[in-house]
Amino acid sequence: MATYIIRRLIWGVFMLAIVSVITFAIFFLVPRLAGATSESLATRYVGRTASAEQVKVAAEKLGFNDPLVVQYGRFAKGLVAGAEYDYGPGVEHCPAPCFGYSFLTRLPVWPDLLNRLPVTISLSLGAAVIWLIGGVATGVISALRRGSFFDRAAMTIALGGVSLPIFFTGIVSLVVFSYGRPFALAAPGGSFTPFFDNPVMWAYNLTLPWITLAFLYAAGYARLTRSGMLETMNEDYIRTARAKGLAERTVVFKHGLRGALTPILTIFGLDLGLLMGGAVLTESTFSLPGIGKYAIDAITNQDLPKVMGVTLVAAFFVVLANLVVDLLYAVVDPRVRLT
Amino acid sequence: MSFLQLNDLRIHFPTDDGLVKSVDGLSFRLERGKTLGIVGESGSGKSVTSLGILGLHKGTRAKITGEIWLDGEELVSATPEHVRTLRGKKMAMIFQDPLSAMHPYYTVGAQIIEAYRIHHQVSKAVARKHAIDMLGRVGIPQPDRRVDSYPHEFSGGMRQRAMIAMALSCDPELLIADEPTTALDVTVQAQILDLMRDLQQEFNSALIIITHDLGVVAELADDILVMYGGKCIEYGTAEDIFERPEHPYTWGLLGSMPRLDRERTERLMPIKGTPPSLINVPNGCAFHPRCAFEGRTQGKADTEVPELLETEGGHLVRCHMSREERHAIWENEIKPNLESV
Amino acid sequence: MMRKTTLGVTAMGAVLALALAACGGGPTATPSQSGAAPAGGGAKAAFNAALTQVYNPSDKKGGIMKFANAGDWDSLDPADTYYGYSWNFIRLYGRALVMFKPAPGKESSELVPDLAETLGVPSDDAKTWTYKLRAGVKFEDGTPITSKDVKYGVMRSFDKEVFPDGYTYFNDTLDWPKDYKGPYKSKGVNVDSAISTPDDQTIVFHLKQPYSGFDYFAQLPATIPVPEAKDTGAKYREHVISSGPYKFDKNDIGKGFNLVRNDQWDPATDPNRKALPDGYDVRTNVNADDIDNRVLSGDLHVDIAGTGAQPATLGRVLTDPNLKANTDNPTITRLWYTSINGNVKPLDNLDCRKAVEYAADKVAYQTAYGGEFSGGQIATSLLPPGIPGHADINPYPSGPDNHGDVTKAKEHLTACGQPNGFETNISYRAERPKEKATAEALQQSLAKVGIKLTLKPFPQADYFALYAGKPGYAKDNKLGLAINGWGADWPDGYGFLQQIVDSRVIRETGGSSNISVRDPEVDKLLDQASLETDTAKREPIWAQIDQKVMDNAFILPGLWAKSLLLRGKGVTNVFVSDATGMYDYLNMGLE
Repeated sequence: MATYIIRRLIWGVFMLAIVSVITFAIFFLVPRLAGATSESLATRYVGRTASAEQVKVAAEKLGFNDPLVVQYGRFAKGLVAGAEYDYGPGVEHCPAPCFGYSFLTRLPVWPDLLNRLPVTISLSLGAAVIWLIGGVATGVISALRRGSFFDRAAMTIALGGVSLPIFFTGIVSLVVFSYGRPFALAAPGGSFTPFFDNPVMWAYNLTLPWITLAFLYAAGYARLTRSGMLETMNEDYIRTARAKGLAERTVVFKHGLRGALTPILTIFGLDLGLLMGGAVLTESTFSLPGIGKYAIDAITNQDLPKVMGVTLVAAFFVVLANLVVDLLYAVVDPRVRLT
Repeated sequence: MSFLQLNDLRIHFPTDDGLVKSVDGLSFRLERGKTLGIVGESGSGKSVTSLGILGLHKGTRAKITGEIWLDGEELVSATPEHVRTLRGKKMAMIFQDPLSAMHPYYTVGAQIIEAYRIHHQVSKAVARKHAIDMLGRVGIPQPDRRVDSYPHEFSGGMRQRAMIAMALSCDPELLIADEPTTALDVTVQAQILDLMRDLQQEFNSALIIITHDLGVVAELADDILVMYGGKCIEYGTAEDIFERPEHPYTWGLLGSMPRLDRERTERLMPIKGTPPSLINVPNGCAFHPRCAFEGRTQGKADTEVPELLETEGGHLVRCHMSREERHAIWENEIKPNLESV
Repeated sequence: MMRKTTLGVTAMGAVLALALAACGGGPTATPSQSGAAPAGGGAKAAFNAALTQVYNPSDKKGGIMKFANAGDWDSLDPADTYYGYSWNFIRLYGRALVMFKPAPGKESSELVPDLAETLGVPSDDAKTWTYKLRAGVKFEDGTPITSKDVKYGVMRSFDKEVFPDGYTYFNDTLDWPKDYKGPYKSKGVNVDSAISTPDDQTIVFHLKQPYSGFDYFAQLPATIPVPEAKDTGAKYREHVISSGPYKFDKNDIGKGFNLVRNDQWDPATDPNRKALPDGYDVRTNVNADDIDNRVLSGDLHVDIAGTGAQPATLGRVLTDPNLKANTDNPTITRLWYTSINGNVKPLDNLDCRKAVEYAADKVAYQTAYGGEFSGGQIATSLLPPGIPGHADINPYPSGPDNHGDVTKAKEHLTACGQPNGFETNISYRAERPKEKATAEALQQSLAKVGIKLTLKPFPQADYFALYAGKPGYAKDNKLGLAINGWGADWPDGYGFLQQIVDSRVIRETGGSSNISVRDPEVDKLLDQASLETDTAKREPIWAQIDQKVMDNAFILPGLWAKSLLLRGKGVTNVFVSDATGMYDYLNMGLE
């Protein structure tokens, strides 16, 4: 087990290194293949009033004239050992892990990301709890009452849930539940309150985004749970459980759901990992200052260091989620052996 | 009244294609300490019967009529909840293929403990001790260690022993074993059968062994019931069935029986044709399309359903041929053939 | 010289717009009764009620004003910001030497002293400008503000490597020492040749060339005082030291910030500011459609970007009289136009250029930009109405219904020797769908008189540097027409006209906004105006220039841009300032 984890961790670091190379290539090699010069890359980092000489100086200072390998090496070194950036009267030290430095906001990317992480985590975890409970419960009831009105209604709504985009359901929920409603507090969904500042406002403001995001996922999980339950409830071991004289409730939840849950947990881990890298649509619809909104804003402003930072962090979460899911799999299913 | 008594039990399943008459008018009796073997091909209704006795068809679409008397209680008309309290405790079942019949995510011990604690208000520790006891009694070595193993960590025979331990954990008075040895190789089969016999004697329970293989019940059963197409076609003591079988189907089963006292290379005589559809049961005698002696029924084979009639001393047969004719065929055509092979 | 405008509709916004349109009307806001309530005879809730007068006037203090921004500031640092809304808002935490008068209508383009006691006093040759600071003005930490702090603020704005977002007016016009690089890199260099401070209350600017409009420079945020001891260069944006009525409390760049009262601000030193709310809460990077909806519902008070409502909101607001009554539709100092390049044959002929002027369908031009309310009003000359000196002229009436005058156009084509029309190309910025629509509209309307246009899209980043704005390229590739646009940094004829009509800004290397106007007489008029320190004499010159450029038909004016602003619920002292084309944020309060 321990060797397995270590091996996977090494593999994960390797994956991240590859992702960083690819990301770097996308932002620095591809534009050059498309004809960008050191100067045209540098124009993104200086203002619009900059003269040609200033752009040249910036290109030199930013190292765009160096070979790409050297540039990547500098970037990788920053990740491990930190880097330094001149900001006028002094020098900004960007401590490791230095994911880059935004010349638009004059801030290192990493603290920015850390600063936004709680938003994305709050959003993702909260929504995950809702969709897991809601989706699985719906799926179980649908499977047990297969063909009933509940089953049909739930599966129709679930179809809607998977098909409707967040920016539609999100806006509908804002229009119906937020804009101009006579709430005692401020309208919900308007801003983010850190959990440790005020847990009530935290939950209050996140309720709409949670439900909107959860709706999208719950739908899929309901369908998945339903088909999984239909399958496991036909297993021989369910018959055995009944033959022991177990109450039906115990049969369904302890024996049936336990069997159907394994694939759901796998997908759940991966979904959560992806969301941790930024729930882009939900965050931008509800203006939540999380990783996803950060990414969108960075892309809109062509703030490359930020975009690269977000990409790497998102990749990190996906790699981490994969590892956690594999470890979890061994916990959930004793037949799985990690070697 | 007998300990277990079935009176005209019918279990029918409505499907989109028609009514499936899995069990169609089955009656028998069984006393404590006795063993009944129910023999038939797959689809003959033997497994449905056993699940029916356990009440596992309650609450499904199955239509159940007739009576099941267990120790003076009628179960067909009893509430599902009441039957549930009897399951596991008063009557228990050993399923075939214990790899799929045991939950892969729980340890063997946990599954036995669970079964025990449904019916006994004891602490987990006590139940665990009991589980270890039971594993020991079914002959699993180092039961205190194996109790924490998962089903997939057991060999086939061990799993079957564990399954038996689980079924016996609440000292059931009626034990139903459904193909208990099918998944096992021959030597292990014998061990398991011995074990079941020993345990039955120890617990003095009534035992029903369901199998497609007459060989399994040869040593074990007091009485044997042969099922075909949801009906009993021959019933008698083990001696009746093995020494004086009267139904052509039973002859077929005997012919296709692999026996421990024969060489493995010897050819079996399979029954021609396939088991009948339970939706479109053949007219007349359900067995007639496969029967070698169809011509000796005076044309009644495909028009009249033969009755289950007593031939002598509790030996029942469902056949259009006369008793004399059946005796003659057995003595002259079948028996010598079986022995010569 | 052109101030940045915030990003309009991103793809995301467009999708959101569709989604919102699909879900119908949404909650209908009740008509605001706020306009009727307070005494003072302010405007009633009506469309354009805050254009020429103060809507909902009040002196009530208190409350927290909630602002939101769909994007983010380029920087909160006075040396490093070039957004109109930022210049509008910065006055809450910084006092420049001079400011535009916080008053509605025409008055708003007048300059009034702020940190200075009076407007600038020019020397006779308009080469030195002197300002005296008010006494008793302090920074938020209680330190008195001196002329050295103002000087330092302008000096640091020189360094465009540290402050890349700012403007270069002071860099270009003041008489800096040779090779000066700003206070960080040229430490200790004496810059008295550019800015001198004879005493703590006096600051003198020395220009290379005479310039009569220096007061407009003095209203720029760069003249907001910065204490050298507290300067952290590019990091200063994280905590700007306030000289105004509010100071920074929390500032989380990328998310938002809030302002609280600055107890060191003394109203006695400040005749312009009311400082009504107790503070400001500003969120940045908020979904643009969300902002509109929250302003309409009362959750937010101001969409700070001030560029107008989103397309999805327009449809909703304009069709609902109650909602429309709480909006204003100012014409801003921006012209959408098309350059007619006299270097490309046969447009070197005045009659051929005039034919284009007549044939153009102005209504189609307007439609291409989004119609009357969000696009703009049809322009008949260069100078927008909000710029002092504007005169109503219409040298080329485009028919009775503004769809183009085919008869007149054909007359001039004949005079030009091209009676059956001619072929040329029209360039536009590929990333701008409105410009593409305009090019297509012109293609259609000019085809009616036989002028065949071929569409030539170019990337906007290099539009002026490499393509339409590079004379050699434009001539070789026959870019006879080029879609263009221009907005003034402030409502002043020089600021608006100089970069687009002065032929001397055209360089062979490319990069100028002026693509087509080459007229020595216009250049001469510009020089004359820049020396004229008497406003009353200066302003008529702008109209003269406008007339000359139109006479030569170097520019086909399209639209004077407009935007639809949403008036926040319960906000007092709302009015549109001509200086910014948006609501004046300085003296807003809450009911």
